Amino acid sequence: MSQSLAEQIKTQFADQVYGISEHAGQWRVDIRREAALPVLTFARETLGLTYLADVTAIDNLRMPVQRPERFTVIYVLRSLETRQLLVVRAFVPESDPTIESATALWKAANWLEREVYDMFGITFRNHPNLIRILTPENFEGHPLRKDFPTAGIGYRDRFPVITRENA
Amino acid sequence: MPDPIMSRLAPADPDSGRMILNFGTSHPSTHGTLRVVLELEGETVVNAWAEIGFLHTGFEKLGESLSYNQFIPLSDRMNYLSAINNNIGYAHAVEELLGIEITERCAYARVILAEMSRLADHIVWLGMQAVDIGAYTPFLWGFARRENLYDIFEEVCGARLTTSITRVGGMIHDLPDGFVEDATLVVDKFEETLKDIDRLLTRNRIWIERTQDIGVLAKEDALNFGVAGPVLRASGVDHDVRKAKPYFVYDRMDFDIPVGEHGDVYDRYLVRVEEMRQSIRIIRQALKGLPGGPMNAYDNKHVLPPKEEVFTTIEGMIHHFELTMPCFGFKTAPGTEVYSCTEAPCGELGFYLASDGSGNPYRLRVRPPSFVNYMPIEHILRGAMVSDVVAIIGSLNIIVGELDR
Repeated sequence: MSQSLAEQIKTQFADQVYGISEHAGQWRVDIRREAALPVLTFARETLGLTYLADVTAIDNLRMPVQRPERFTVIYVLRSLETRQLLVVRAFVPESDPTIESATALWKAANWLEREVYDMFGITFRNHPNLIRILTPENFEGHPLRKDFPTAGIGYRDRFPVITRENA
Repeated sequence: MPDPIMSRLAPADPDSGRMILNFGTSHPSTHGTLRVVLELEGETVVNAWAEIGFLHTGFEKLGESLSYNQFIPLSDRMNYLSAINNNIGYAHAVEELLGIEITERCAYARVILAEMSRLADHIVWLGMQAVDIGAYTPFLWGFARRENLYDIFEEVCGARLTTSITRVGGMIHDLPDGFVEDATLVVDKFEETLKDIDRLLTRNRIWIERTQDIGVLAKEDALNFGVAGPVLRASGVDHDVRKAKPYFVYDRMDFDIPVGEHGDVYDRYLVRVEEMRQSIRIIRQALKGLPGGPMNAYDNKHVLPPKEEVFTTIEGMIHHFELTMPCFGFKTAPGTEVYSCTEAPCGELGFYLASDGSGNPYRLRVRPPSFVNYMPIEHILRGAMVSDVVAIIGSLNIIVGELDR
């Protein structure tokens, strides 16, 4: 079903697409990050995938399977008319973790991209308000990166202590 | 630490007639963890900024160091009002990732329990919303019925709130004796209460004036903001995962998707009440069709074998041992990724899972409905009255455990 959508994107952006693949009936398009905004615009305007269900990312640092770049930014798109679902994966390098923001297309991307920025440190260009959303603003590091320890970095141990004397 | 909202606002001019009001985090209607800063002109909200993250727990990071089955108790804690829906959504995602077929009985049991959990969530939402606005009775009536539903959950799994009811490929154990009779009684009782609450509120003058034309989210905005569930449907979009991509046995059930027109607080109320009626319809059909047979799928590589087999056969013993050893028996294909979604009471609950071949998920992303439903809050609050802020926040049904994860 959504195979034809994936193939349309592949023919339209032939030099920007790494490939298309499928798992459990779900089609995915792997693209270069430069093509993220054009592909999403094409999907929204031409293919009718008008609902942005999710924006998330994966850190491929310890992934045993070879991926083109360290980070995968994932867009889950859905058409409410034909009820099809398509996953678009854009690959972002570690040296320059930036990608174009999709907030111009969907307001839904606003908070979702802020969360990806907060958790992975991927900067979204032309985002209206790219600040941390789940962690405090003076937090250091990006928790969902694979090189961030699960036990934490002692953020809570450094809270100022209020005693009876200095209160 | 700098205040992320106040540090970006220009200091208020006391003579301009505008004022900045900090609403939350310790306001009773903000569940202790939502914060909204309002710019007021008289009693009208001119601008609003929301801050979230006060309950950030790092579930997604924790999930990466737990095995697929160990994450199930955490999925309860994300949405503690409809824990069963989260358990089922997560188990469904792992089953899609690994290609496990669940049994017919399990699919029916999951549908029944998911819809009961939806009833419990909606009735609590209704009670809380009514209390927030000032009506006390529906709250008490609703909680009495939720108690009956929780008794059923306790019968099935021993827990009331944090159920952890699913396992990958099945359920914690089979349904108890007399489940169908008990469930039928509870659902009948629930329907009576629903009628009473409907009589009390739907045409109530005060209720209508407190909710109609308040917190309006137009259809285009609802789609643009990507809101989900009853909030999306109240804005007039006919989208429900149970119909759009039927999972389990929803395609065999006969039910309707209620759709609102105006997208205001009153329509969200109407949509949820109608959804409860449809859930009762689904439960009755599923209870009638509940087949016999085994509850868990027979898949020795991912699902624990039945206890008799473990105690009497060598293969059963080996599989049990391998599966319970960390990072040993539970195998996945490296590099597999899947986005799986189910319809939770708040809306589309998605899980994006990536596996690296080990027994732990490589990446476990939760797409929480509360997060996307709370996104348009700044937009909706603009132009509202201060007294309606509580009604609007309540009508979105934000579960903060899920919002901040």
